[in-house]
Amino acid sequence: MARPRINVPSTARRGEIVEIKTLIAHPMETGFRPDESGRLRPRDIIHTFVCTLNGEEVFRAELFPAIAANPFIAFTMVATESGDLAFHWTDDRGATQTETVRITVT
Amino acid sequence: MTAPHRDTLSRRRLLAAGAGAAVVALVRPALATPQGMADAIRAFAEGAARAQPGRVRLELPALVENGNSAPLTVTVDSPMTPDAFVRRISVFNEKNPQPNVATFHLGPRSGRAFVSTRMRLADSQTVVAIAELSDGTFWSDSAEVIVTLAACLDG
Repeated sequence: MARPRINVPSTARRGEIVEIKTLIAHPMETGFRPDESGRLRPRDIIHTFVCTLNGEEVFRAELFPAIAANPFIAFTMVATESGDLAFHWTDDRGATQTETVRITVT
Repeated sequence: MTAPHRDTLSRRRLLAAGAGAAVVALVRPALATPQGMADAIRAFAEGAARAQPGRVRLELPALVENGNSAPLTVTVDSPMTPDAFVRRISVFNEKNPQPNVATFHLGPRSGRAFVSTRMRLADSQTVVAIAELSDGTFWSDSAEVIVTLAACLDG
């Protein structure tokens, strides 16, 4: 999978609600599209997205073929403590892409 | 004019029906139906079928030029405290090949019941968002979308 883009403030006040925007390049092949010969292209999508803060899950999304290509997901989180925000995308092949961003909470 | 023989009439009808069915099968894959969406909602949670309209706000453009990507936002009126929060938000559609769109898992750590993403729309249709609250209740909102260029089917 290609390099994901993550938009999250690098610092926040304790208790502040921060908005996190994520984007990853992926065709999200639905499994319903035919190729030139008329055979269906096999499904190949990112089906799970998880966000953790210092190892603890704060957000999870189950995605289906109806999600557009290059999945964009935005959500919010309460800034409770400084640490590593980790994002994991898992696709139908079983591959997981992980990206980690540091957040400082004062 | 004498009536055609009974066998000829029914054979004609059978041929016509068969030809019609063959044409439909070549044109497009089967689309989800309102019944398919109802089944998917029940699969999400038994109580979801009785979700009440309210507290949930599903935002989608009323007119989408390109069905390959439509912005979608769901917000739920909830304090998101450990005593009262949104557990899951699930989005469903009526006419794509498959009725599910996404299921989001939230919690008190979310701060706000808010999710945003982009979805594919195969045809003009109704999209439904259902929220499961920590008190076991279900709330819903729906949006009608008109699509100019359909996704999934036009490549």
